[in-house]
Amino acid sequence: MSKQYDALVIGAGHNGLACAAKLARAGKKVMVVEANAELGGLAATTEFAEGFKASVAHTLPQLTDKLVKDLELHKHGFSFASEHLETLGLKEDGSDALRVTGDTVTGVSQDQVDAYKRYSAQMQKFAKAIAAFWQKKPPMIGDKSWASVSTGIQFGLNLRLLGKTDMREFTRMIALPAQDVMDEQFEDEHLKAVLAWDYTMGNKLAPRSPNNAMINWLYRLAGDASGFNKLPIAKGGMKGLIDALAASATSAGAVIKTNAAVKKVVVDEETATAVGVELADGEVVHAKAIISNADPKTSFIKLLGTRYIDIQFTHRINRTRTDGQTAKMHIAIKGEPKFNGVSRADGRMIIAPKMSYIENAFDSSKYGEIAQDPAMEIVVPTMHDASLAPEGHHVISITIPNVPYKVKAGWETEKANLQSAILNKLEAYAPGIKDQIVASDLLTPVDLESRYNVTGGHWHHGELALDAWWMNRPTYEASQYKTPIDGFYLCGAGAHPGGGVMGAAGSNAADVVLAASK
Amino acid sequence: MTKKYDAIVIGAGHNGLTTAAYLAKSGLDVLVVEKNDYIGGAAVSRELHDGWIYSNCSYVCSLLRQSIHRDLNLTKHGLMIVPYMGTTNFTRNGDYLAEYPDEAMQYREVRRHSKRDADAMHRYYTDLMKYAKVIRHFLLRTPADPTSFKPRDLQEMAFMAKKFMGMGERDIYEFMRFMTMSAADFLAEYFENDLIKAFYATSSIIGTALGVYSPGTAYVLLHHVMGDVDGAVGAWGLARGGMGSISKAIHGALQEHGGEVMLEAEVDTIIVKGGKTKGVALTNGSVIEAPIVVSNLDPKRTFTKIMNKEDLPEDLYKKAKDFKIRGSSGKVNIALKGMPDFPTLPKGHMLRNGSMQFLDSLERMERAYDDWKHNRWSQDPFIEMTQSSVWDPTHAAPGNYFVSCFIQYCPREVEGGWTEENKQAFGKTIIDQISNYSPNFKDHIEHMEIRTPYDIEKEVGLTEGNIFQGELTIDQLMFNRPFPGYSQYRGPVKGMYMSGSGTHPGGGVSAACGANAAREILMDLKRPNIVPEDEND
Repeated sequence: MSKQYDALVIGAGHNGLACAAKLARAGKKVMVVEANAELGGLAATTEFAEGFKASVAHTLPQLTDKLVKDLELHKHGFSFASEHLETLGLKEDGSDALRVTGDTVTGVSQDQVDAYKRYSAQMQKFAKAIAAFWQKKPPMIGDKSWASVSTGIQFGLNLRLLGKTDMREFTRMIALPAQDVMDEQFEDEHLKAVLAWDYTMGNKLAPRSPNNAMINWLYRLAGDASGFNKLPIAKGGMKGLIDALAASATSAGAVIKTNAAVKKVVVDEETATAVGVELADGEVVHAKAIISNADPKTSFIKLLGTRYIDIQFTHRINRTRTDGQTAKMHIAIKGEPKFNGVSRADGRMIIAPKMSYIENAFDSSKYGEIAQDPAMEIVVPTMHDASLAPEGHHVISITIPNVPYKVKAGWETEKANLQSAILNKLEAYAPGIKDQIVASDLLTPVDLESRYNVTGGHWHHGELALDAWWMNRPTYEASQYKTPIDGFYLCGAGAHPGGGVMGAAGSNAADVVLAASK
Repeated sequence: MTKKYDAIVIGAGHNGLTTAAYLAKSGLDVLVVEKNDYIGGAAVSRELHDGWIYSNCSYVCSLLRQSIHRDLNLTKHGLMIVPYMGTTNFTRNGDYLAEYPDEAMQYREVRRHSKRDADAMHRYYTDLMKYAKVIRHFLLRTPADPTSFKPRDLQEMAFMAKKFMGMGERDIYEFMRFMTMSAADFLAEYFENDLIKAFYATSSIIGTALGVYSPGTAYVLLHHVMGDVDGAVGAWGLARGGMGSISKAIHGALQEHGGEVMLEAEVDTIIVKGGKTKGVALTNGSVIEAPIVVSNLDPKRTFTKIMNKEDLPEDLYKKAKDFKIRGSSGKVNIALKGMPDFPTLPKGHMLRNGSMQFLDSLERMERAYDDWKHNRWSQDPFIEMTQSSVWDPTHAAPGNYFVSCFIQYCPREVEGGWTEENKQAFGKTIIDQISNYSPNFKDHIEHMEIRTPYDIEKEVGLTEGNIFQGELTIDQLMFNRPFPGYSQYRGPVKGMYMSGSGTHPGGGVSAACGANAAREILMDLKRPNIVPEDEND
């Protein structure tokens, strides 16, 4: 008989590690198994070229103070390289970039500055009304437990406490597409596009897509570890955070095993209870709770197997929308990058001159085509943390939305096409940069899928949309981290509250596992 | 001095006439003022050529509330709804997908294209009908204000909660998902064949400035199947004599109860004094007084055109300005000498009598939407061609055919404006599209009428030519329709009301908006409620 653990976490993504750390710190015997050699999953930091390090996720807006405190991450080596990046809307003609930081914006007319102040205040009010719910287990209609009922009441009350006018605006605006929100508030086309950026990131959504955009923006505003409405990055890159999470877990006795892919979840036939996992090398590890940080499709269909789950539940998991829509490019360069209209490339730079520019790129992706004018988000982490590249060199980290998972012409040929579209656009905004490139690494959704074992390569393990949110994430009967199979739990981004480097899914799942073990 | 009325209704569309009919029935002295020289708004039958009746705006009927039909004795006033056969969809490769009223026939037809999808059909209809039945409870009711603690609002919320709880927990979650999804995602949960998905997706884009991939279109799909013909939920029918028969019948009921209609009387302003409505000023300079003024015009037109900005609360003008009412549909009504040939079907085949569409895939539909985004009419448009005269011979003399083509998408603005040249080019696009499937279609055309959103706006008065008086997205539905805080048919000024499709439950020839408005007005006047409840399924 192999060693028995209290909890076994499948996948050492940031949520898996947060879950493990919380359980270990509560005195549980915990093991984490990770298929890859590095910890972190999509938040892993890889050395993509000799001496150059980068992560798929590059900023930390959703990280909460509570998680940092609960897991004593600062004690375990976590710190911010920068607590707030400015968001810069780049201009191709070389004129000064538009700058958005906190409650202010520069580079636009005074009436737009005033409009932004009003908009920002209202959004923060909305975000604060619902911020607490990202950190809580979702309620369920049939769940009469106090935790569930009180969460439901609290939600209604928080909306009501916004006041009549704001509550009405909330119910209306929550369903608006980014484009309508922006058109109602602003005149400046460039400002609209820059502000609309976070409404659709990571999802298969365009500025004109209704119903889902606002919830993503409010989600993006959720973090307060570096102060509310800030855009921090970690020292040492994402690795800084991942190492701290791992240290928090191991210092409390958790065991982390890398290069240990899970072949399947072991289920006790008689009781239909998950009792352990079988690793790729045949080793079986037993635990009272099996907690999957993998996406819901991988967790239920691949690892658990449909043999143990109801056909309707299987159907509901299969229908979760997991086609990734975002690509990532790491570029290693010699010398400092120089962008048009920006004195120092230390902000989050956005290439999207107007909303229709993003919409057009999205339209290409709808039909499985590569947009020749891609919209991009660019961060140069080495401007804040020199340890990520050799001296005199920099890393450019680019996120490219509107990249389809399925391309009609096939990724064999289209990857080069995507790469040249990205580099051409980069060159247009940073003339001469092509000559500085030492190495690069482009990750399409298909690459992300195979490298990080995430179905569809989807950032959020499934669309973060109103129809897959809260009590419907990933589907009812699995939205409270428990699943229809006893002993089997979810703790990844596929569960509430979703993706982004937040750790809330992991932390919430740990609470549920702890409550169940009492 | 002109006569003073108890209430004035602006606009003789079917909802305005319904409000007026109920107010008259309750004993009020009611006047309906209409800018055109005919009644009906967008529910009209017009003899544009001798012997030809054009249902030139709305063309089919399903949402009309049965209880109103009966309560206002519309049958006595000449209204007869004729059910018609379903739609046949022609594909580029010379095949088709038909819709049969018989379930077994329909199963075999879908099975021809996909066995799995044929099996999924039952599940699809069951789910859709579940949602339709829940929504149907709310059509003839005033939405609760969720921010209010008034007993009536709390009661209404309790009613809603009860109806939803009646679905059972699982279906509530499913319904919550459904309400915000795209039609494409929703249909993908049932079907795999692209043609079948496209076929079912057509209802999700009609009249809507969204594509099949846009979230929110699943609800629009439901909006088109929640009606009924004589209790057959989801069925569609034609009004004998054209859609104008509905307006005429309601007008008949209005006259029966002593109400009046004044034609060619365009309202310039709603007169407000001391925070109360006093009547209306017409563009011809005359003033008609009444303590109650009901606008059947769309909310944008009502609050940005015929009300003075200074009479409105500060935020309302902005709300009206931001109200989403986008022109996205066109119509081409065609009079045919003889029936054109559709080589896909043998002569005399029963499917030749139904409606016709020309689609292969969701992608084709989505590309049609992309054109709209760029201010172009769709180059490969979605067309629903209804052969009205086959089922209702009053439209044309024997041997002649009247067909109504509904087109998605056609924008309000095009490059160069809607010149006569552009308008003809738009018409040509439609005829060419049909000709791809019926080579001799052109030869049969006697005359036709091309209507762009610009024409619909100009003639009917609907802002941007939007057929629903406002987009059917959830930010503009239920208690948010037309704006949050104004969903109970009362305007911002005492004595001012709204009765058009811009209010709950939204567009379509339902008469529900007008009836709901009448109920609220009677309540404010402390008169007994005579507006019937909906008949429960």
